[in-house]
Amino acid sequence: MSDLGFTGWRRENGRVGIRNHVIILPLDDLSNAACEAVANNIKGTIALPHHYGRLQFGEDLELHFRTLIGTGCNANVAAVVVIGIEPKWTKIITDGIAKTGKPVEGFSIEQNGDISTIASASRKAKEYVQWASELQREEAGMDELWVSVKCGESDTTSGLASNPTVGNFIDKVNPLGTYTCFGETSEITGAELVCAERAKDEETKAKFLKTWNAYNDFIMECKTDDLNDSQPTKGNIEGGLTTIEEKAFGNLEKIGKKTSYIDVLEPAEAPSKGAGLYFMDTSSAAAECVTLQAAAGFVVHLFPTGQGNIIGNPIEPVLKLTANPRTVRTMGEHVDLDVTGILSGDMNLDEAGDALIDITLRTCNGRLTAAEALGHREFVMTKLYRSA
Amino acid sequence: MSGPDFLVHSTEDTVGVVVVETVTAGNDLTGLIMDKDESVTIKAVDDIPLGHKVAMNAISNGDTIIKYGHDIGKAVADIPVGGHAHTQNIKTKKW
Repeated sequence: MSDLGFTGWRRENGRVGIRNHVIILPLDDLSNAACEAVANNIKGTIALPHHYGRLQFGEDLELHFRTLIGTGCNANVAAVVVIGIEPKWTKIITDGIAKTGKPVEGFSIEQNGDISTIASASRKAKEYVQWASELQREEAGMDELWVSVKCGESDTTSGLASNPTVGNFIDKVNPLGTYTCFGETSEITGAELVCAERAKDEETKAKFLKTWNAYNDFIMECKTDDLNDSQPTKGNIEGGLTTIEEKAFGNLEKIGKKTSYIDVLEPAEAPSKGAGLYFMDTSSAAAECVTLQAAAGFVVHLFPTGQGNIIGNPIEPVLKLTANPRTVRTMGEHVDLDVTGILSGDMNLDEAGDALIDITLRTCNGRLTAAEALGHREFVMTKLYRSA
Repeated sequence: MSGPDFLVHSTEDTVGVVVVETVTAGNDLTGLIMDKDESVTIKAVDDIPLGHKVAMNAISNGDTIIKYGHDIGKAVADIPVGGHAHTQNIKTKKW
């Protein structure tokens, strides 16, 4: 295990990315059109359109800013062009990203109009993408790798095999100093006391339970039924999952058997307590969760699925594994790693975990995931409440 | 040798998971209890799709359902041994 490693781009702040994106980042919904026009003009750049950024306030606004700044700061991003309707909030984003030392420039539309803004931003994006294209990969160690995990369209095969494969991965890389992160607060429901016991100490355990209780209180307040149309999802139920408790115990298999989490993060909050496993307070909706994990700095995502969730992310490659033979047969183009052998007795968990390490490092080294090849770029901001 | 028809996470579990694509009522099923690596056999009394649960013993309305060695909800109808255990006879205790 000690000779494991990968190649990536070491950024100005020392963090290592596995992709070399130049992103065109809208501050708000109004700026999506200009960002998409710039990305169309300048090949090799990507726009990250989203729906929000106007009249938000309080904690919800802080999360919006933290998510955009974090996305720009992610080591998979070489340089950033930010476009906003007005300059002041735009500058909050560019100032936040500039702290990493990476190239970033902001453009605002008011008093310029879309066409002039697109022209100026396109010139800057062209400069960035040509500069980034000459940056070289370097050797990096497992202690420089940041991996997030989240499952989706789970079924009972997830809890039996694909989630334990991710857990085996985490148990193996944790001693090597890899940063890892799981989330999905609502989907721990039923297994919350078992999850609490996996915290490294009493303080972390209390922080987890406070976070879980707050999410559960919010669900109890807003629910109109027993959530049997939402959690488990219709896909989960089709795949044999019956209750949230059953789904939660399967979900928790992703953190392995022996690794403790060392801190509880706010949504999109970057880890600050060194290497190890972190829990992040997130929704269990795939794109929302992965967007928050990418904004916290994670560079590659492991996504076990049962019935076949097809999510990707624009900046953080999402690698899929499944143990469901029907999913492999009917939608194999979405599957990066087939672990159906665990169910048939042809593969053990240790072998599956090693196969997952292998394909993860190949993905770090440049192999496109199925979601990347298929163009999945789901970038979904988490919104905590209505705008003012 | 072919693999098991169903898997059981823990010895205490009252349900197992079908891992083959076709189980028809009347089939004799071979299961593997994973934490003990022991085989068990059950006759299916319902058709059970891949990934769905089979009752390991007779379960009465109101009983707690055990999987992963933990409480995953309650029976809302009687379930016979070998019966299909799912949303028609099990509900959450949480929401």
